[in-house]
This record gives sequence, C-alpha cells and structure tokens, in this order.
Amino acid sequence: MIPASRYRLWVVYAVVAALLISLGARLWYVQVMNSRAYSTLAAQDQSQQVVVPPVRGSILDDTGQPLVGDRTALVVSVNIARLSQRGDAHAVLHRLAHLLHTHYKLLSEKVRTCTNGVKAPCWPGSPYQPVPVAQDVSDKVALQIMENRQQFPFITAEVQPVVTYPRPDGANPSQVLGYLQPITAKEIKQQHLTVTGFSGVDLVGQAGLEQQYDRALRGTPGIQRVRVNAQGVVTGTISQTPARAGDDLVTSINAPLQKDVQTILADAIHKAFNAGNRGATSGTAVVMTTRGRIVAMASYPSYNPNVWTGGISTQEFRYLFGGGHGEPILNRVTQGEYPPGSTFKVTTTAAAVAQGYSINGSYNCPATVNIGGRKFANDGNPNLGPMSFHEALVVSCDTVYYQLGYDMWLRDHPAINSVASPHAPLQPMAKMELAWGFGHNPGIDLPEQDPGTIPTRQWLYYYWKQYKKFWCSHGRQAGSYVQQIEYQDCKSGYVWEPGQAAIAAIGQGYVSVTPLQLANAYAALANGGTLYSPRIGKALINQNGKVVKRINPPVIRHLPVSRYTLAYIRSALAGVVTSGTAAPAFGGFPLSKVCVAGKTGTADVAGTQANSVFASFAPCDHPKYVAVVMIPHSGFGAQAAAPAVRKIWDAVYGLEGQKAALPNGRVPAALPKISSSGAIKPPAGYGGGGR
Amino acid sequence: MSLREGYGLAPRARAYGALRGSGSGSKSSLAARAFGKQSFVRHLDWLLIAAVLALCVLGTLLVWSATKPGQIAAGANSRTYLYKEALWFAIGLVLMVAVATLDIRRIRAWTPAIYGAGLLGLLAVLSPLGTVVNGAHAWINLPGGFQVEPSEFAKLAEVLICALVLSRLGDHGKRPRLREIALAVVCAAPLIALVAKEPALGVALVLLAVLIGMIVLSGLKLRWLALLAVAGGAAGVLAIKAHVLKSYQLQRFTSFTNPSANLSSTGYNAQQAKIAVGSGGLTGHGLFHGALTAGNFVPSQSTDFIFTVAGEELGFAGCIAIVVLLGVVIARALRIAARADDQFGTLVASGIAIWFAFQAFVNIGMTIGLAPITGLPLPFISYGGSAAFADMIAIGILQSVHRKRTGLDAAWTARSRGK
Repeated sequence: MIPASRYRLWVVYAVVAALLISLGARLWYVQVMNSRAYSTLAAQDQSQQVVVPPVRGSILDDTGQPLVGDRTALVVSVNIARLSQRGDAHAVLHRLAHLLHTHYKLLSEKVRTCTNGVKAPCWPGSPYQPVPVAQDVSDKVALQIMENRQQFPFITAEVQPVVTYPRPDGANPSQVLGYLQPITAKEIKQQHLTVTGFSGVDLVGQAGLEQQYDRALRGTPGIQRVRVNAQGVVTGTISQTPARAGDDLVTSINAPLQKDVQTILADAIHKAFNAGNRGATSGTAVVMTTRGRIVAMASYPSYNPNVWTGGISTQEFRYLFGGGHGEPILNRVTQGEYPPGSTFKVTTTAAAVAQGYSINGSYNCPATVNIGGRKFANDGNPNLGPMSFHEALVVSCDTVYYQLGYDMWLRDHPAINSVASPHAPLQPMAKMELAWGFGHNPGIDLPEQDPGTIPTRQWLYYYWKQYKKFWCSHGRQAGSYVQQIEYQDCKSGYVWEPGQAAIAAIGQGYVSVTPLQLANAYAALANGGTLYSPRIGKALINQNGKVVKRINPPVIRHLPVSRYTLAYIRSALAGVVTSGTAAPAFGGFPLSKVCVAGKTGTADVAGTQANSVFASFAPCDHPKYVAVVMIPHSGFGAQAAAPAVRKIWDAVYGLEGQKAALPNGRVPAALPKISSSGAIKPPAGYGGGGR
Repeated sequence: MSLREGYGLAPRARAYGALRGSGSGSKSSLAARAFGKQSFVRHLDWLLIAAVLALCVLGTLLVWSATKPGQIAAGANSRTYLYKEALWFAIGLVLMVAVATLDIRRIRAWTPAIYGAGLLGLLAVLSPLGTVVNGAHAWINLPGGFQVEPSEFAKLAEVLICALVLSRLGDHGKRPRLREIALAVVCAAPLIALVAKEPALGVALVLLAVLIGMIVLSGLKLRWLALLAVAGGAAGVLAIKAHVLKSYQLQRFTSFTNPSANLSSTGYNAQQAKIAVGSGGLTGHGLFHGALTAGNFVPSQSTDFIFTVAGEELGFAGCIAIVVLLGVVIARALRIAARADDQFGTLVASGIAIWFAFQAFVNIGMTIGLAPITGLPLPFISYGGSAAFADMIAIGILQSVHRKRTGLDAAWTARSRGK
C-alpha cells in the first residue's frame, strides 16, 4: 500500500467512527431521553376515538305519530383530513367516484371545505369530520368499500340514521318543526358539543322545535376508543361508553287537524286570489286550546322539509329564503306582523271599561266623527245611532271606537303627548293591549317569534329618533302628500296625536300583532282571563318510555278585566256569528251542536286590499279552542277568513259532513306510551294514524 | 510495461500455474488442508464472519417479525418470509465461502468481466425484462418467479473496477495520476447513471460515495483532490438547477430538513419511523410485540425501514447491538484494507467498507431523523435476496483479500518462486 493511502485510511476510520457514534448518540436521544414522548405519539397512532352517534329523538304529534323521525341508510363518507395526507388521495377519490357512478370533479368539490370564495358544492361542516358523499348506497357498494381497505383508505360506508318527515295524515307543519344543518365550528365551541364524526348526526337544529329542543332531542354521544392499524382498520376496542339516545318530543299538534287546517288555509287563499285579490298569496291559521296548547299551526306558503336532508342546493335555499316565492321558511303565525283590525275592538272595549266607561252604557255610532281636524267614517257610512257595546261589537261599528279612542286620548295626559322623552307614561289603551300580550314576544317554545307593535309613547319616541333623519331630508312642507306627511313627522313624529289614538282603537295605524298573539289573547278572553305563554311541546319522553319532562304552558298573567266584562264581550262575539258581521259566513252552520263565537277584522293597508282576519273560539259557553285565520290582502274578514274558520270548526268537531279530527272534540289529555323497543302506543281512544 | 501488464492482468497464467501446482503437488489429507496451519479455514477473518452471522440471524428474526402480522392478516403462512430470508442468507453464505476460496488475483483478473456483467444487468432493467416496483425500474424477472435487483450487484462491480483502475500505479508504490482518476470516473459513471435512471437514488448515492471514497484513498495528490472537490460541487449544484433530481427526491431532502413542512407521505413516513424507534425505549417491547410493527404503521418495514422494527421491539439495546455489529464489519473491512498486500486489495476492501458504512448510516439515520429518506437496504438485516447475495459476496471478497495477506497465498507465492 502506498503511504498516502495509509494515512487517508485513518481518516476513513475516523469518519466511520464519527458516523457510528453519532448514530448511537442519536439513538440514545430518541429512544432513551425522548422515549416517553414517542410512546405517547405511538399510542395516539394506534388508537382512535370513535364517537358513537346517538339516535336523535323524534318529534311526535299528540297521539304519538312521528312528524320527524329517523330511518337508517347506508352513507358513504370520506375522511378527507386523513386521506389528503396520503400521496394517493386523488387516485382513491377517482376509484370512489367510479364506484359511486359519479364524477371525480363533483366528488372532489363535495369534500372541500366551504370557506370564503369557495362556491357550492362544498362541505359546510368541520374539515376534520368525515364528509358524506353518498346516501342510500346499495349493500354491494358498501361491502366493496369496507372490504377493500387498501383501495379505499379513510372511506367508510356505514349505517347512519337519516332524518325523515313521514307527514302523518298529510300533516306538514314544516316551519314549526324547523330544520337541521351540519354543526359549525362556532356552534361546537359555543355549545360544547361533542363532534361525533358522523355527518348525518352532527346536525344541529337551526329553527323551530328542532332548535328549541335541540339539547333534549340530540342525546349524548357514546365514546369508544379503538385500536387501529396504519390503514385505519379497527383491530380491537380499548374502552367504551355507550351513547344515550335523544328524547322524543311529544307535541300538542294533532296531525289530522294540522292537515285539515293546512288544506283549509291554502284553499281560502286560492279562493281569495281567484276572486281578484292578487295580493292574497300568503296567510296563517292557528288552532290552540284555551289553556295555551297549540293544536294546529299553518303558515302559507309552506315547503317540503326533505329539501334539508342530504344538503340543500343553492336553488332550494333561494326558494326558501327568497322573496320571490313568499319566503316559505317564515312561520307567519309567530313572525308575521299584521294589523289586527276590528278584532282589536275587544281590547279597546276592555280598556274603555277600565277607564270608567260603563259596560252597560250607550254609545253613539254616527256615520263619521271629526277628530283632530280629520274625518273618520264608518265603513259604508251608515249612521246607526246609539247602541250598547254588545251591538257595537256585533255590527263592528268603527265610529264608536274612534270616539272612545279619542275620548281616552283627551282624558289622558294631553300635555305629555308633546314631550319628546322615552320615559313618557303609557296610554291607558296601550296599557290594556300590552296586558293582553300584544307588543311582547308570547314566549312560545319556538325560536322564531316577533313582538308586533303597540304604539306606546316610548315606542313612538324611538321610532321618531330612528327615522327623523330620513323624514327631515325627504319631507317638504309644500311637496306631495307623502312629502307633507314626512315633513310633519320630521317635526313632531314623537307626538301621540288624537288621530293615531282613534285608528289604534280599531287595530290599525301603527298597531301590528302576530296571529299567535291574537289567538293567545282570545284564548285568555275565552278562558276567563288567564293569559298563557303558548306551548307546542307537551312532554319529553326518553328511550325507556319514561316521561322526562312535562311541558305545561306557563301563566303569564291574569287580564286586568273583570269576569263580567269578559263574559259580556264573549256573548257579544257569539252575536257576531249569529247576527253580526260573521253571520253570512256562518249561515247554516249547526250552532245548536257547537256554538261558535268570533270577531271579524278588516284592516286597511294603504294601497292594497285589506287584511282579512277572523278570531274565533268555541264552544261559546265553555270555550275549549281558539281558531284564528289571517289572510293579508284578501278583503273583508267576513269574506276570506271567517269561512275558513268555519271549515276549521267543521274539521275539529266533525260537522257539516266533515270527519272529526278530534274525537268528541277533545284533544288527548294523556301522553302516548313509548316502549323501550321504540314502539309507540297512542293514548286510549285515539287511533293514531287512522281517524 | 504494457497496459495489460500494468493492470495486473498478465500474471494470470502464472497464478493459475501456481494454484494448480499447489493443488496437485500436495499429498496432505483433506482434513489437514482444511484445518492445518496453512489451511483455508485458519486464514479466514472469523470475527468478521461472526459479526456477519449475528447480523444475519438478527435480520432474519426482524424480517419475520415485520412480516408476520401482515401474513396472518392475509391468511398466508406467517413464516414464509422467515424461511425465504433464511434461504437467501444460506445461499449467500455459500457464495461467500465460494468467493473466499478464490485467489484475489483471480478476482482481479475477472474484474472486467464482472464489471461488464454488472453494466449489462443494469441495462437489462431498462429493457422489457425489467419490472417496476414502487415506481422504480429496478428489477429483472427471472424464470420461476424470482426477481433480481442488478443495482445491488452494481456496487460490487463498481468497487472492483475502481480498485482495478486506481491501483494500477499503486501496486508499484506510486500515487495515481489524473489519468487513472478519469478512467475510474468514466467506468463508474455509467453505473451511477443507470442506477439513477431507474430511479434508485439511494443506491446511486452509495455508488457516488464509494467512488469518491476510493479516489481519496487511492492516494491522489491533495491539490488534485481539492480541485476535484470544487468541480464535483459545481456539478452537483448544476444538477439540482437543471432538475436532474425528480421532485419527490428533492422533496425527501426538504422534508428531512424540515419535517413539519410536509405532512404528506414523505414527512409522514419519517415521523412514523421516528415514533416507532422512539417508542421502543431502552429495551424495546420484545420481538413480535411491537404494536406499530404489527399495525404496519411504517411503510416498507421489512425492507428499507427494517430498523424501525428493531427500534420498537429490541429498543436501544438491540439498536446499539446492530450498530456495533455493523461497526465490527466495517472496522474489520478497514483493517483488511490496511493490511492488504497490494493496492488493489486495499482499495477493494476499503471500497466495501465505505459501501457498508454509508448504507448503514443513511438507512439507520433516516429512521431517526439524521438522514433523508432514500430507498436503501440495511446490510444483512433488510429482507431481499439480491442485497443478501451482494453483501455476502462482498464479505467473501474481503476474506479473499484477508487470506492472501495472512499467508496462504504467500505460501503459494513462495512455492512458485521456489520452482
């Protein structure tokens, strides 16, 4: 060997020794010094937390028929967070697309997360959740996926519960039920919910009863720790806590009656529309017990709740929420604010009596009255002379109430009307209206509810503050009619004027109420003065059939109205049907079998047809139910709404050839029985399903 | 001096004559020839053989442990790979002994043919005979369902041809000149290029390391070495600039330097390998008791990533044992290199030492974050017939170099001189 090689061999010796020593040192560092950290990582590698989804509770009608139920379906999901870490993610998705007979492009779009700038289709849920890409796949497809783990890593085909809407007896209270949407990251944080990882279950009620009772319906997910291998194949169980299914919600909705009310409402709206009222495209109907339980609630237009399952399309979303189709998503019974018209004369009567006007007094009904320099006329200008409150309600004399409204305005604090202050005292009439539940959320067990408007001085002040700028910039002293009004409002919009008091007395002007508020106020009138906060939910029953919670409508207050006055008004409203404004609509109705009382309302809305209202209760002597139908832009209350209410009573009691939705006119007092196997038995006497 | 004579190819006839002479001339018994003072057996490096055998046994067990769960899951015989690997090593041992019996001068005489065969093998890979495994054209199909990986034998070919070329003047006590260096580079270049074309980047790196190491050890003047280093560095930069490396190869290097930047397969493999090794702790979970091994969390765990199985199941103790055993093999190889009679023997032995050292360091290093991830087997441990044969033949060559030094050939030489 040459000497140069010998020396350099020593260098190689040294280099090799250095390399081997560094290997040894590094091994010591990794295996001995950091062993614990790597062991933890190894344990994480080998185990996976599987959240076992709870079965969501059903929403049942009063006899136990499911309005919202579950069925199981084979759902294919992609765990895109894990899959995308593999080099062959594209190839896997290509294979899956082929298997599902879909396009790779669509599939890859479905699994991307919806973020800013990403157009539908995309996944609105958490990116760490498996994304459902196909529902109701065949057993064969599911087997192919589950048996070829190498071919389809991080893809699962599992039986998952899927929400269904069975529509018992055709009942579809879609807006009442609400809908479910994939849970968002924000909701997970706010509500401390456990993400199950099952797309079909990680849904949150976003509206209606689904949202209101979400916690109870949702149940608690079980947690299972399983051993997995590198392909994600489960090789064993480490620990397990079982899932607890959600409770079933029994409601007081009666499916057969709900269906009838829906049909009656839709027919009434079509009829009004075909009679030339082109604005008659929406409407509401509600039936409740006088003790605050909702039996039927219909808002037209409605929609098919199945659009929500399996992801809503942009088109469907636009249909539901867009103005072009009347926003079917709205529950107009609780969210629609309409002028109540003459149905409000009931509270005005009560207010007048509370102000010292005698219930048995005599009040003049001239053709017109002059208030604050303006002429207020009876409809059709008849001069009917002096009359009692009874007759004033029966014939619905406007001038009696205009005058009362004005008189009460005069007797109130006339000076304070001109003070711009949020602390001005309540007007006596407004005070009575608020006491009947108007101007406040009724507190029903639905997230969607609106308070309506009672123009108190305080409300007027804030209203003026809000719009002052607009009025002042648009108003002209010598401009058009509208500009003149705006000019006036700019200067004195906060002033409670006598004209406003007069029209508020007949439920117009600034006054607006929701149909539910009206029904609830009439329920208080009918039951002798107890104002309830209405309820749709009746009870929560757990999966063992045990009643977890009974839900009773809480009492808000007792009306500050004497029993005598309430009885007086009730008898007057019975007269409305026999001989008053609703008599034509109820001509030939078997009042001897079921006595019906009610009040028509026709609220003029500037520039369109009037808002047609009929608020009714039955039976007259011991009222059990209230029914309210409100159809905007459809003409007189007696024309559109009252005939619809008549049909509702037919359906409730089985009159005039109708089949009774409620046997003997009674809603079931008992709850349906739910066995632990999930079988539901209706309360005795109620067939459930059939009538 | 003719070229033929200069490269030591001429004395072939004389050497054969000497061998034949010693064979027929001796009247001693077979046993005496095998175990006597001048015997073949006595003149083997038994420490080297012991270390290699220990590594083979460990390797066979680890291959078994790495493949057992997968075989069971697939419903196949859980010992298939145990038997196969044992068979490869058994054949390898036979090859080693056979090569060890050869006179190093005969090996030297065969070198051009061996080189040619190696080159042909690599070319065959690119022909329709070749098959693709894991994206690399690295295999040739043989009848009977066997596959051979010529790139493993290319290492042998390179070591021999470079030793042959670089020792031309060294055998006469002189430093090589640039002409020899250039010739060595020209001989090694097609091997490296063909292997890189497969692509088997890891093997190409081994070949490059061996070439550089052998040039350094050949005794080239330092100033030439420095010049070559500068030129080589520049060529390397150009290669990266001109995208000679494939994107996944570069990605492996970047994910090695910054593992968290890349959570896809490469970074994932590096992370899983480290977790497996780290979770083994001081003594490991015991053979066949590695949960990550059983779950097949680390890819290629019976071949390139076999060390993770050792890490998880045998722990630091087992890992250090492997490192020490490999250290013994390399140290013995270097010792043989240092004691070799001629420059050819020195260069062959040191080339083999560099080959094993580089491969062992990169293979083990990549499982613990010391080296980038490349497809290289761990010598004597990883599953694979071609690697086992090539490694064992290399040990055989080392023995042949060693034997010449320790006297057997000296005796022949003396005898032939005496004639």
